[in-house]
Amino acid sequence: MTIGLTHYLLLAAVLFAIGMFGVLSKRNIIAVLMGIELMLNAVNINLIAFNRYLPVHDLSGQLMALFAIAVGVAEVAVGIALAFRIYHDRSTINVDELNRMKG
Amino acid sequence: MNFAAISTEIFILCLGLFAIVMDLVLPEQESRKSIGGVLIFSLTGWFLYMFTLYNGQLDPMDPAAMAALADRFFYQGLYLVDNYALFFKQMFILATVLTLLFAADYVQSVLRYRGEFYALLMTALLGMCVLASATDFLTMFIGLELMTISFYILTGARMNSKDSSEAAVKYLIIGSVSTAVMLYGISLVYGATGSIQFFEVCRSPHLFFPLGIAGITMVLIGFFFKLSVIPFHMWAPDVYQGAPTPITAMLAMGSKAAGIAAMMRALFVAFPMLGIYWLPMLSVLCAACMIFGNIMAMRQRDVKRMLAYSSIAQAGYMLVGIIAADPAGMKAVMFYATLYVFANAGAFAVLSVVEAQKGSTSYRHMAGLAQSAPVLAAVMTISLLSMAGIPPTAGFAGKLYLFTAVVDQGYLWLAFVGFVMSMISVYYYLLVAKAMYLGAWDGSSLAVSGSTRAAVVLSVLATLLVGVWPEGLAELTNLAASTFLQ
Repeated sequence: MTIGLTHYLLLAAVLFAIGMFGVLSKRNIIAVLMGIELMLNAVNINLIAFNRYLPVHDLSGQLMALFAIAVGVAEVAVGIALAFRIYHDRSTINVDELNRMKG
Repeated sequence: MNFAAISTEIFILCLGLFAIVMDLVLPEQESRKSIGGVLIFSLTGWFLYMFTLYNGQLDPMDPAAMAALADRFFYQGLYLVDNYALFFKQMFILATVLTLLFAADYVQSVLRYRGEFYALLMTALLGMCVLASATDFLTMFIGLELMTISFYILTGARMNSKDSSEAAVKYLIIGSVSTAVMLYGISLVYGATGSIQFFEVCRSPHLFFPLGIAGITMVLIGFFFKLSVIPFHMWAPDVYQGAPTPITAMLAMGSKAAGIAAMMRALFVAFPMLGIYWLPMLSVLCAACMIFGNIMAMRQRDVKRMLAYSSIAQAGYMLVGIIAADPAGMKAVMFYATLYVFANAGAFAVLSVVEAQKGSTSYRHMAGLAQSAPVLAAVMTISLLSMAGIPPTAGFAGKLYLFTAVVDQGYLWLAFVGFVMSMISVYYYLLVAKAMYLGAWDGSSLAVSGSTRAAVVLSVLATLLVGVWPEGLAELTNLAASTFLQ
């Protein structure tokens, strides 16, 4: 069996779903950020697989993946800084306890 | 490479770098208001200069005009500076200038990192400008992220408030998930069409395949998160309430309008052929926004939170113009977004004074504002009436354009929903006025600085001027809308 475009797309879809599940089910902010990272990496696999297997004339998919990696890093960096601040404020990084504002 | 096309962005980037450097150079105890002053003057100058950049209707037969059009592209179609982009950029700059005017005291008294506030506000503005010009999914994505990541940090800028950090984390998590969903959608669109440029995507016949449809749906969901369209709105009330008030103002005025600008371009340039597919979906979401946004706003006890729900409803009104899907609707959206900037600048300027000096923006703290600061109470009332669409304020003219545009396209029911809901919205807007004018005065008085006074007077004058004489703004928006897609 040769590995083709479909396999890469399936892998990406599964990774995306796992990441989404992590975001929705995990209670720790760091774990939520890891879920987000998985979702962003699923996109990168998608973009690069499409670029490799489709008859496209340029490398815009790979280019987009590079930018997505950079942006993802920036997002997670800000996320970890905020997790640190939440810990500083309330000595916990459990997202369930972020419930001061309601209504 | 025509660098003149991106001169606005280069200028704003320089201002942001200037703010960082000045923050390092100035002594620790020195006030950072001077940085804000410099930014206000330079941005105002550039705002006025941008009026000269518009160009009129181009004749497609005239080669000189077509050469001029090619000049407006930057880097092989990644970036386009047309009248539409210019108009939105001017609007973002205007919103930033008004925010800077009333933010000076707030930043000085509430925030710990003051220079960074100015620098990050400039990068957020840069992101908005990139969004308005993006004709490519890559550029659009970068602009969107530049704007939202700056806003994540700014939302958490109140270091002594637990609400602020909580709002920032909520915004970050939901914003990042929506980014990931949108990126996944972009990758599917890329897979279906083989390109990420709007003009190429539009031409591809494969967009109608399930892969393309799924991609478009996910891209739209990403936009809906950014615009806080129901049912993707859950982050907005908490973030609006927890963020520092000037940043709440920028989120309501700038971030939303930038999302609208990018979404209109994506829908009308990249996906116009699929109108039958996204128009019905959009009209249902739009009605849901207008209904639930207004109903939820009635139950709030905090003015900032009430304005968050009201902004969800306003997003619904602006979607009405997109649903019309013609130059008249587009013109109405731009017109409405502009007057929404004025109304919000007035309302949030008042709230930032109240929050900085009383510590909270609940209805209880608004009581007696008519005695403690009569100018602020009057400004707040006029701004809220403009949001509700009562003549002679600008909101009336804006809603008139929106609803006539959509009725012309046959969506009478949508105009009816919008009309009824804006009547209902008057109730909760007037609750604030009631608290201010009839509430018990505790004998205190609020100090209002000159720059805040300038911001509120400017925004109220603009609201009333556009209300009684809408022609000037209407002509500009007409030009921008009718030269779109030439």
